[in-house]
Order: sequence, then C-alpha cells, then structure tokens
Amino acid sequence: MTPTYYLLLSALLFSIGAVGVLVRRNAIVVFMCIELMLNAVNLTLVTFARINGGLDGQVMAFFVMVVAASEVVVGLAIIMSIFRTRRSSSVDDANLLKY
Amino acid sequence: MTALPMTALPMTASPMIHGVLAAATPVGQVSLGEAIAFWVLGPVALAGALGMVFARNAVHSALLLAVTMLSLGALYMVEQAPFLGFTQIIVYTGAVMMLFLFVLMLVGRDSSDSVVEVLRGQRLAAAVLGIGLAGLLVGALAGALPVAADVPIDANDVPAGNVGGLGKLIFTQYLFPFELTSALLITAALGAMLLAFSQSRNAAKKTQRETVEARLRGEHARISPLPGPGVFATSNSVATPALLPDGSVAPESLSELLETVPVTPSPPLEPLDARALTAARAERAAEKEEGE
Repeated sequence: MTPTYYLLLSALLFSIGAVGVLVRRNAIVVFMCIELMLNAVNLTLVTFARINGGLDGQVMAFFVMVVAASEVVVGLAIIMSIFRTRRSSSVDDANLLKY
Repeated sequence: MTALPMTALPMTASPMIHGVLAAATPVGQVSLGEAIAFWVLGPVALAGALGMVFARNAVHSALLLAVTMLSLGALYMVEQAPFLGFTQIIVYTGAVMMLFLFVLMLVGRDSSDSVVEVLRGQRLAAAVLGIGLAGLLVGALAGALPVAADVPIDANDVPAGNVGGLGKLIFTQYLFPFELTSALLITAALGAMLLAFSQSRNAAKKTQRETVEARLRGEHARISPLPGPGVFATSNSVATPALLPDGSVAPESLSELLETVPVTPSPPLEPLDARALTAARAERAAEKEEGE
C-alpha cells in the first residue's frame, strides 16, 4: 500500500460525515458529524505532510484542532440555549431564530 | 522539501537511516508494520463513522465517534505525527467527546431522532449525494496520485524530534496565526459563558421576598392575591363567592366558568344569652338525677 490509501480513507470518512449532516435530525449528532469531517480533513493534512516531507501540514492540523475545540464549545452552548427555550434538540424544531 | 527553515539544521545520522529504510521497502510503499496498522485501524475508523451516522441512540453515536477518533489518533502516530496523535486522543476523545456526552445527558438521553421526513425524499437524495461525493473523491484521488512517493519528514530529524520541529514552526513561521488562535479561544470562552449564563439569570425564579417587594412597589395589579371562593357553614363550593367585610360579594372571587351559587344570608338570630343555655342544661341534668 502507498500513503494514498490514507487519503482514500479520509475521503470516505468525509463523505460519511457529510451524509450524516444531511440525514440526522438531532442537532448534537449533526455536530458530531461535523467533527468527523474535520477529523477526516486532519488526516488528509497529516498524510500530505508526510508525503511532502514537511511539518507544515501537521501545523495546519494543529490549528484545525484549536478551531474545532472552540467551535464545539460555542456550538454546544447554542444547542443548550435552544434546548432551554424549545425543550427539543431537533433541528426541525428550531425554525424561528428568536424564540 | 527544502521549503522548511529547519532543513538547514545539521542532520547527523538520518541519511544513513533513510537509506536503510528505503532499501528495505520499494519506492512509494510503506513498511509492512504500517500497512498492518492501517488495515486494522482504517476499517475500525470507517465502521465507527458508519455506526455513528446510523445509530438511533445519540449516546451510541457519541461513543462510536470516540472509537473513530481514537483509531485516527493511532493512525497519526503511525504517520510520523506522534504529537498530533496524542493531541487527538487528549483533545478530541478526552475533552470534546466528553463535552458531547455531558450535553447529551443534560439534554436527555431519550431525545432520539424523529423518523418523520420533513422534506420529501431528503434521505434518499442525501444518500445519493454522499455516494456521489465519495465516488468522486476516491476516484479523483486514486487517479491523480497513483504512487505518492514517501519522503521522510526531515523536520522530525532535528534533535528535538517531532514536537520540537512543530514548536519551532509554530513559533517562527506560523507565529501570527498562533497568536490569532488566542483571540479565537478567548472569544469562544466568552461566547460560551454568555450563552450559558444570560438566559438562566433571566429565567431565574423570584424569591418570596422579591415577590412581596414587587407587589408593594405596585408592579402587580393588586397587593394581595385574588380572594379565594367563599367557605361558609352552608357551602364550601368553589362556586360560592367570597364576601367582602361589608357583606357584599367580592367580584374577583367569582369564576367565569362556573355558575355562581347565590349566598343566602341566614336570618338574623335573636341575641342569645349563653348563660340561659347552660342553665337549661343544668336543670335537665338535675331532673335526671332526681328521677333516678
């Protein structure tokens, strides 16, 4: 096998995450699918860093991790505040912004 | 390969090691151990991702995603990125997934997905799109990168290793983005605290004292609560209105839904002397004693 296989695995993981975002209705599960897509992109970055023999890709993956962590914090806070007002974490119920 | 500043650093034994490794495996091929690790961890990651999408229970989804992230972390370590591998395990499986689990438990474990399709045919379209995306990406990658030559990461050969190389890059070439992430993290923390606390303070229940003070300040329509229905010796029905001190009916105690029962004031009694009652009883008792 060659390092290209990692890229194929990452492409499959990204597609699965995209399908999950489209299919699932629970906001938290949708969020987890977004995390999966970010992870797949990280795998691509690490693999390209290894193919090119540099560390820049790993630095990018590191920054992606930082952004993902802060995104999770804010996103889960938004989901919690929506759940407090709507008593539901389904994305179908959040059809009004204010209430 | 020479784009990095640290490639100019002295490399002592690395060319010889790389020569030995290159001789051991054909060009473009990874070592046998790495292939075994990939074929074990890759299917585990794929199975975890598929299970996450198709699990009905959200907690199962979270745990399966943790499995995927763990195997991805191990794959990073295999791919000469040990720092990212450990960060993946600590940050993602340790912190992010546990945060997800906390929120899932707060929201309620049984808040499962609704099966109702809001948009007709949306699931089918999503599946077709997903398969198309996967086919496109995999096909393009397999066609474009037939044999990706595996260049050993030079920066890993500096004495400090992978972590030192990463640190050097972050604090020299990527210093400004790194400083920007601090602003991002502070903003995220502030935003999370704002979202978490602002609503809970507005929705906080008033204490009894605050309610009383608000009543006395005139923030309510009346100081006292509404009068309850009348409870009299003749009736204790909720349909009986309460009487005000002057004997008139208190209109606020009347229910709009129930037909009110009129209060019939009892006829005024003659003023009785309590001593007369007790005196009569005493006489009766005396008569009984005499009869015996």
